[in-house]
Order: sequence, then structure tokens, then C-alpha cells
Amino acid sequence: MESNKTVIEIRNLVKTFPMGNREFTALNGINLTFTGGEFSGLVGPSGSGKTTLLNIIGTLDSPTEGEALVMRHSVGKLSQKKAAHLRNLKIGFIFQTFNLLPVYSALENVEFPLLLQKMNAASRKKAVMDALDWVGLADKVRSRPAQMSGGECQRVAIARAIVKKPEIVLADEPTANLDAENSHHILQTMVKLNKELGTTFLFATHDEKVIGYLRRIIKLYDGKVSSDEIVTVK
Amino acid sequence: MIRFIFKGLLRDRQRSLLPVIVVVTGVFLTVFLHCWMNGILGDLIDFNAKFSTGHVKVMTKAYAERVEQTPNDLALVQTGKLTETLQKEFPEMAWIQRIRFGGLIDAPDAQGETRSQGPAIGWGIDLLSANSTETQRLNIPKSMVKGHIPTQAGEVLISEQFAEKLKVVPGDQITLLGSTMFGSMTVYNFKVAGTVKFGSAILDRGAIIADIHDVQLALDMPDAASEILGYFKTNFYNKELAAAEVTRFMTSSDPADPYSPVMVSLRDQNGLSSMVDYMDLVSAIVISIFVMAMSLVLWNAGLLGGLRRYGEVGVRLAMGESKGHVYRSLISESILIGLVGSLIGSAIGLSLSFWIQKHGIDVSGFMKNASMMLPAVFRTEVTLPAFYVGFVPGLFATVIGTSLAGIGIYKRKTAQLFKELE
Repeated sequence: MESNKTVIEIRNLVKTFPMGNREFTALNGINLTFTGGEFSGLVGPSGSGKTTLLNIIGTLDSPTEGEALVMRHSVGKLSQKKAAHLRNLKIGFIFQTFNLLPVYSALENVEFPLLLQKMNAASRKKAVMDALDWVGLADKVRSRPAQMSGGECQRVAIARAIVKKPEIVLADEPTANLDAENSHHILQTMVKLNKELGTTFLFATHDEKVIGYLRRIIKLYDGKVSSDEIVTVK
Repeated sequence: MIRFIFKGLLRDRQRSLLPVIVVVTGVFLTVFLHCWMNGILGDLIDFNAKFSTGHVKVMTKAYAERVEQTPNDLALVQTGKLTETLQKEFPEMAWIQRIRFGGLIDAPDAQGETRSQGPAIGWGIDLLSANSTETQRLNIPKSMVKGHIPTQAGEVLISEQFAEKLKVVPGDQITLLGSTMFGSMTVYNFKVAGTVKFGSAILDRGAIIADIHDVQLALDMPDAASEILGYFKTNFYNKELAAAEVTRFMTSSDPADPYSPVMVSLRDQNGLSSMVDYMDLVSAIVISIFVMAMSLVLWNAGLLGGLRRYGEVGVRLAMGESKGHVYRSLISESILIGLVGSLIGSAIGLSLSFWIQKHGIDVSGFMKNASMMLPAVFRTEVTLPAFYVGFVPGLFATVIGTSLAGIGIYKRKTAQLFKELE
């Protein structure tokens, strides 16, 4: 992992969406830099631009103005195919609603990103088992999402995000559907991953439980950065 | 990856079972309908060829113009010589003489008084020659119900239904009351050798089959016949070749002479050409409707499936799968569904068609009053096109349906697809 090296650089980023005859500005002049191994969060109320910024960093959307460099790739200039390739190799996603593929087992869900990388079967199986072991689900490999609890599903989703050893993990409200106990368990797992693998974590959240774990809190309001502070971990 | 996709396909029954059922149903119906239409058409042509039209038929011009009245006063004469000429000039065909006639059949009681009577349509065919092919052509051995095939002059076969109506059994005497070639009344006695059931309502209602020499005697038609039928020695009707034979024959026919022989091909008799064309058209329309309906249903199923799978597509995009790869995987799934559905549909359609081709469906109960020469047992006919007539559209309809439905993936922005996850 590129610890202490810039992994995300955002310069004068503007994102607008058409809304009827007018344009809605979701992000307005964002400037941010993230270095490898950060455990940061975008915090703010609904409509403040958290998810839009996360989508742009995740190469799922492109800036209207300005530039977003992810692993030195300019998001706006990436072709659809190259963006997919970057996502597959360097970026992991964790969603609020887990978004596991319901017909596949935990093992198969975690295996999916590696299949896209055309990794050989033996290496793939080892990586998947390691990832599931990491999140404490080695005994649930054959279970399907419907047979697991919400916490277990989110842990499978984390295993899926980290199995390819990405540089960046983007987590959009990862604890919104979990109870307090499961939320802390999940967050502790992420902290452990961040420390041991050096993976950069970037959250979009307004959950106090998540905020409590963050080492950098970037507050967004009306599409602008209202504050950006480093938090000393106790 | 392919294994991964197919594993998901098999586990998600909404994704696989419904489309497969649609394809199986559509392909099965298309294949079966095709075989059914072929069977009816083939039976119709074969039945007419054997009993009525031949592959080509030679008659006098005047007889041809009134053929539905079987006007034997306009029959061919010197048929022995004419048949020899035809055999020499058209050696690729077998030529046989027949007399078709109508009359009243009278069954007498022990005192010789009329016990029962009924109208009959009669065939004078070559029953007694050692090298006769007519009994086999008309499938008489297998159509026998009682008695035996005539072995000597004066013996006849009558249809079983007609025999029951007249209350006659093999060995009984019956009398034909009819008119000779010259318009006089004729009364001629026959002995019933056996009864037959052809499986055609019009024949089974009142048919009488006698040796042609007996009929020539009965109707005063020495060396004469209503018609000379030609059959390709391959036993298969070839419409192009038949048309060529007709053209060649007609060059020597005198259009001004009403008694000059004319040759007519199968297609140009009994309204068969328009019936064949009509059946072809109906078959094409019905199959087209099935294919279109199947495509629409599959397209719709693909759209609904696509909408249901927007979440899955979003996840896959987030995991780093490209839109093209997602689209291609959907097409791969549809090819598998199309293949499986088309194979199962074709297999069921062909199996049922083979079964009905072998055993037939007896529809005689519905045809008691039919006046057309139609077989009473309908059979399907499995031909080579039956193996692909449903399979190809089944496969293409699935793939086209998914292709159209999958365009939505390209039309929506990645971020939009991704947002629909939440």
C-alpha cells in the first residue's frame, strides 16, 4: 500500500446535475487530498454532497469542472472501461444495504471481484478464505445472504471489498442498517484492516458511532467543505 | 466467470425458469404446428394422388372439363395403345388405367327382391393382374376388415360402413345399377369378396372397388378408361418435373379436339394448388405470429428481469466489471436459456410429432358428412426443417429480447445504475 503517498487529490471540483430547466450544484469548489492509510470520513447532512463525492472518487461519476485524481488517474478523463479496471484493482466499495448478490454464497460473493481479475482458482480460493477469516466468517462460506444476519452480511461485504487488497475502500453509510453492537464490530474490523493492511478508508456518514472511529473528519455543507480536521485517536 | 454466471442463472429461477418455459412453449408449439401442417398437407396430397389425381393424370379434354361429374361417355378409348405410348415416352412414371363411376348398389334378399340400396362411388382398378401395383398403392391389404382381396373376375370390395348399411357380408351378391359409356342403363352383378376401411369419410361412406375389366364389361367400355394416372417411380411427387412432363405431353395434344388426351398435374386438380398455397401461407403466418409473440414475451421478460437486476448490475459495476462485460454476460445467459429452451421445446415438439406421425389421430367422428377427399386419421409429418423451424427462432428471440432489454445498461449512466442500488 502507498502509505503516506497521495492516493486521492481533488482540485476545484464542481459537480452539477440538471434539475428541470435549472442546474443543481451538488459539489462546489472542493479541494481535498488523501494519503495512503487514512481513516477519514465525509460528514454532513443529507444533500450535502457526500455520496456524490464518493461516487466521483469511486470513478462511478465524473466532475463537471475541476479534477479528481485517484491513484494518479484523472477520473474525468478515464474511459468507461479503464474506470472499471481501476475500480476492480484499486477500489473497494461497502454499501449501506450490503448489496450482496443474493443467489451466491458468502464465498462466491467475495470471490466475484477476483474472477473479474482472472486470478487462478488456487490463489483465488486462498485470498477469499483469508478475507473471510479476516472478518471472522470462515465458518459461513457456504451460507447465502438470506441465511445470514445483517452484521454477517456487512462483514461479507467488507471481505468482498478487501479481498483484492485495494488501495482505497469507500464506505457509504456502512452501519446505517446495523444495531450498535454490530456497528462497533464492523468498525473495529475496518480499523484492524486499516492498521494491518494500510488500506485507505473513506466513509460517507452522519452516524455518530462511525464518526467516533474516524481520524480525519471532513464536514460538507451545501456542496462545500466547511471543516477538515484531524482527530487524535485515544 | 462463465461458470459463475451460469451458477447464478440456475439458482435464480426467476431468471432462468420463466424464460426457459416461455421458449420451450413457443418452440414446442412452432415445431408441432409445423409438423401438423406438413402432415395434413402431405396426407392430403398423398391421399389425393393415390385415390384421385395421380402425380399426373391423362383424360380427354372434354372429360377434364367435367371431371367432377365422372362423365364416362367422354372417357379415353384405345387406352391399351395410349398406355403403351405413355410407358414408352415417359418411362420415369408408372402408368395405370382406372375407371371411376357412380351408380346404385342393390342388395337383394333370398328371393332376389331388393333388401337394401345405396348410392356408391366406384373404382375400376387393376386388381387381378399378377404384377398389379394398385392394391399396394391404395393400401388395400391393410385396409381389409372382412373377407379377402378379389382373386377372380366378378368379385368386389365394398367399404365396411357401406356393407353395414346394406347389411351384406363377404360372399353376398350385390347389383350395380348404372349407365354405360353410351348412356344405356346397365345392371351388373358382383360378389362381395371383402370389406375395407380406408379412413376417409367420403370413401368409407359408399365405395365399391372392382377389377377394371369387370367394370369395362359392366359399363360397356372395352379398351376404354376414365383416366390414366401416372406416378413417379420414386413415389415422391415432384411438382417441377410433373409440370415439365405436362408441358411435353401437351405439345402433342390437339386443343380443337374435345376427345384429344390432355395431361394435368396433381397441383392443378381438385383445387390442390390453391389449397397447398393456402396451407403454406397459413403455416407461415401462424409460425411468424408464434415467433413474434415469443420475441415480445421474451423481450418483456428480459426488460422485467433487467429492471429486477438493476441492483445486481450496479454491484457488478462497482466491483469493476465493465458495462460491456455485464452486457455480454447477459447475452451469454440468454444464449444458454435460448439453447436449453429451444432444445427442450424442439425435443418435446418432435417427440409428440413422431408419436402422432406413427399412431395418428382418428378424426373420423368429425368427418361423417365430409365431401372432401380427406384422410380420417390425421398424422403429423416430421421433416428436416422441423429440427430448426422452432430452434432457430427460439434462440434468436431470446437473444434479441435480451439485447434490446440490455441496451438500458448502456443508456443509463454508471452513477445512475449505482444509485439504484440504494
